[in-house]
Amino acid sequence: MSKKVLIQATINGEEVEFLAEPRQSLLEVLREGLSLTGAKEGCNNGNCGACNVILDGALVNSCLVLAVEIQGRSLTTIEGIAGPQGLHPIQQKFLEHAALQCGYCTPGFIVAAKALFDQNPNPTEQEVRYWLAGNLCRCTGYDKIVRAVLDAAQAIGKIPVEEI
Amino acid sequence: MTANLRVEQTSAEEQKPAYRVIGTTPIRHDGTDKVTGRALYGADIRLPGMLYGAVLRSPHAHARIKSIDTSQAEALPGVRAVVTSADLPDLESKIAELGEGSINQRYQSCNILARDKVLYFGHPVAAVAAADPHLAEEALALIQVDYDVLPPVLDVNQAMQADAPILLEDLYTDELGKKSEHPSNIASHSQTRLGDIEKGFAEAAVIVEREFTTSMVHQGYIEPQNATALYNQDGQLTIWCSTQGAFGVRDQVASILQIPISKIRVVPMEIGGGFGGKIGIYLEPIAALLSRRSGHRPVKMSMKRSDVFAATGPTSGSTIRVKMGADQQGRITAAQAVLAYEAGAYPGSFVGAGMGVIFAPYRIEHVRTDGYDVVVNKPRTAAYRAPGGTNAAFACEVVIDELCEKLGIDPIEFRLLNGVRQGDRRADGVVYDRIGCLETLQAAREHPHYRAPLEGPFRGRGVASGYWGNYGGMSSASASINPDGTISLVEGSVDIGGTRTSLAMQLAEGLGVPAEAVRPVVADTDQVGYTEGTYGSRTTFATGLAVYELSQILKNKLVEHAARLWEVEPDQVNFAEGIFTCADKQMTLQDFAPQLPEPVVASAAVHATKWGASFATHIVDVEVDPETGKVTILRYTACQDVGKAVYPNYVEGQIQGGVAQGVGWGLNEEYLYDEKGRLVNASWLDYRMPVSLDLPMIDTVLVEVPNPGHPYGVRGVGEVPIVPPPAALANAIYRAVGVRMNVLPMSPGRIVAAIQSRAVHVPEKD
Amino acid sequence: MPQVWIPALLRDLTGGQQTVHVPGKTVRQVIENLEANFPGLKARLCQDERLRPSILVAVDGEISTLGLRQGLQEASEVHFLPAIRGGAT
Repeated sequence: MSKKVLIQATINGEEVEFLAEPRQSLLEVLREGLSLTGAKEGCNNGNCGACNVILDGALVNSCLVLAVEIQGRSLTTIEGIAGPQGLHPIQQKFLEHAALQCGYCTPGFIVAAKALFDQNPNPTEQEVRYWLAGNLCRCTGYDKIVRAVLDAAQAIGKIPVEEI
Repeated sequence: MTANLRVEQTSAEEQKPAYRVIGTTPIRHDGTDKVTGRALYGADIRLPGMLYGAVLRSPHAHARIKSIDTSQAEALPGVRAVVTSADLPDLESKIAELGEGSINQRYQSCNILARDKVLYFGHPVAAVAAADPHLAEEALALIQVDYDVLPPVLDVNQAMQADAPILLEDLYTDELGKKSEHPSNIASHSQTRLGDIEKGFAEAAVIVEREFTTSMVHQGYIEPQNATALYNQDGQLTIWCSTQGAFGVRDQVASILQIPISKIRVVPMEIGGGFGGKIGIYLEPIAALLSRRSGHRPVKMSMKRSDVFAATGPTSGSTIRVKMGADQQGRITAAQAVLAYEAGAYPGSFVGAGMGVIFAPYRIEHVRTDGYDVVVNKPRTAAYRAPGGTNAAFACEVVIDELCEKLGIDPIEFRLLNGVRQGDRRADGVVYDRIGCLETLQAAREHPHYRAPLEGPFRGRGVASGYWGNYGGMSSASASINPDGTISLVEGSVDIGGTRTSLAMQLAEGLGVPAEAVRPVVADTDQVGYTEGTYGSRTTFATGLAVYELSQILKNKLVEHAARLWEVEPDQVNFAEGIFTCADKQMTLQDFAPQLPEPVVASAAVHATKWGASFATHIVDVEVDPETGKVTILRYTACQDVGKAVYPNYVEGQIQGGVAQGVGWGLNEEYLYDEKGRLVNASWLDYRMPVSLDLPMIDTVLVEVPNPGHPYGVRGVGEVPIVPPPAALANAIYRAVGVRMNVLPMSPGRIVAAIQSRAVHVPEKD
Repeated sequence: MPQVWIPALLRDLTGGQQTVHVPGKTVRQVIENLEANFPGLKARLCQDERLRPSILVAVDGEISTLGLRQGLQEASEVHFLPAIRGGAT
């Protein structure tokens, strides 16, 4: 068994320390080591987006990142999307639009949508579909997910920045 | 973006009910947990002392197992248990006792861990439990298995030949109780017949006969199978798993491990999709054995995606031949179909359901269907949303399209002319009750999509209809009034897509309270009465019936208590819309609940038999790139009889999801095996499911023809949406580029080849 | 008297008849009477005094939960159907 490495990083705004073997993916350590089970394993090889996280501002599949790679970096997971005031508008709109059925892909989609808005706060339908093409959903056919994301962009546009 | 429509179809005599909760869209009760990542799915569980299990699988499609040596794996530090089929009870002795049912029991046991033979690439052979998942994988590599490789049978037609290698030496062809003389790969032959097809074809002005081939496809749920088992020193076994039905898991585990169900508790975790593929079990008995062998430690197992593809329960590939004749006016005079479905390694495809779907929307006097269930060296097939139906509808609806073209009749007009209505007979002779076949066709005909111009080269519009019978079955539920006037609802139906709320809504409607006043809980096998799984489009209907009964029991009890409080007779108390009234006295349930002198509870159970069948008609516009064969879907409209949409947002979602799966099935998804029977595309990179870029918004029309078998008119809605799409696409592709596709999937390469060859299909004569 | 629809694969036992009128107040009685007229039918439908696990009986369009014990009216229609459940094994 290889020696575990001590990793220090910022996760959802908090300083965190944990041990990881070099062969462990970030997804595995989040779920099994840090009890952050919101990121899901769908395929473990970068094809479904259920494990999406935002690493230093970039949307990544945590199954394709080694845990040791996040040393000194900043990570946002689904657990960090809701703010102290309550659900994020993306989360609220997902519920209002029934944009989830089994809910398994939902954390990945919400994190992906957040990353989209960080880059492009007012996307078109086509831009949303293109951005979300890395997230598989088998339940919804994507219709209500796209509607929820577009509606969330509208809602966020109306909310003062400090409140989100 | 176009709207989703709802069209009520209550007849003039029926009272149009004014519901307060049914038909609204409250936020689902588990919503916050699901959008914050807090909801617990099977693999999220962690228990003290937990080990991780992994499965060794066959690299061969067909082979005898000569020996298995697990000693090196057992010696690896950190490995706590290794098991093989030798650790499962031998069910040979049961067969003489229980007959045909227990042969299936033995097949199921062999599917969990192979005994003398492996029958598909990925067939489980052994399993280990270790301190971490990587160690468990290392241990697998140390297990030595000696195989005697046999030639694989990978195709239904090949398997049916007299000289094909036999997969199961004890499998004989069953024809409704009559068995063949010699073992066969054909597990069964079924038939339905009405009238005289020779006579019917003689009356036809036009006859079309075509053969179709469809490929094996997977349900594609995003969450892999998982199970955690703790087999205690006292013999109590607890299982946490991703399943569509906890009681089904309990039954199957009891059967495979030969232990009493009273020793087993199954806790259904939240489930990340099932679509029929999580009814049968794969990991639970293995996790239980590992738990016991490791010194009664909890063992968690989760399947790798490649194993989900190779070794769970995809649905049948098939060969289907359809012959249909119509007179000059477009009336169908006769129809015949022969369907051969892959069962996979063990018998039990849904060819029978396919026979039930294939001509279901049409009134035909002379009809015959023959179905063959055929074993091949592929994973044992399982249910996939309206199982058997999509294959069948593809064949029938494309033939109908060709008939319409030859007769010069509009495809919807043809279907209206021949469409079934209440009182008509199905091909198996059963009479239809109240159904919405014609209503969905009318909704499609009247929809703006059908009349919208479609201009431009290589563009075409296709129509197809579909049917699914649905199901009822057994459900139990209980409820209690809380002191604050809310109601706790305990039910056993796993919530895959919003049913805990659609059930809470039915309870709320019955008591006249808001949906938010009901607290629904999905219970485990120790906490609620027997409930069949969430499948067959049964949950909102059958568990809904139990919930409706709860509302009536609670209502009566509450009225009696109110009467006692007010010192009047119960028949003087009125309880409606959550308010008790008597003369000038009035109180809400919220006012009354804290004053109740004793707990007010109810329990109910049903075995529901009056479920209603579903019909759907879909319209799709496509554009085909003739150089690449890529099909772009421009517009899609699905009209469906939904009975009564209790939770309309989620009914729309069911339809949209089924359409998306049908699109994948129609355009891209298929299992690819090499000549040795190895699955070569066991990942989402190469097994191509639709993504958000592949689909437009999907418009739905909810036609409501109430099911008389349910107090709110509920009909199953979840399955029929997957039935028409491949056929609708095929018909659209024909109008776009002039080729009639008869193979699924209609992937780009196949479309280009068809365009280039412009093959004219010569009907095969018997 | 009840009308029984004979499954297609059993019609060679009934001389090709698609439906047969047969007396009986329960499904069991009807099968016994069918057997009396068309020997061999019962063995195809039943196993150990019960309907085969792969067969369901529907009376007047409704699947029965009682199997052979299901009662019949004078004008009842009886169908023997394969046991398939949508989305289920």
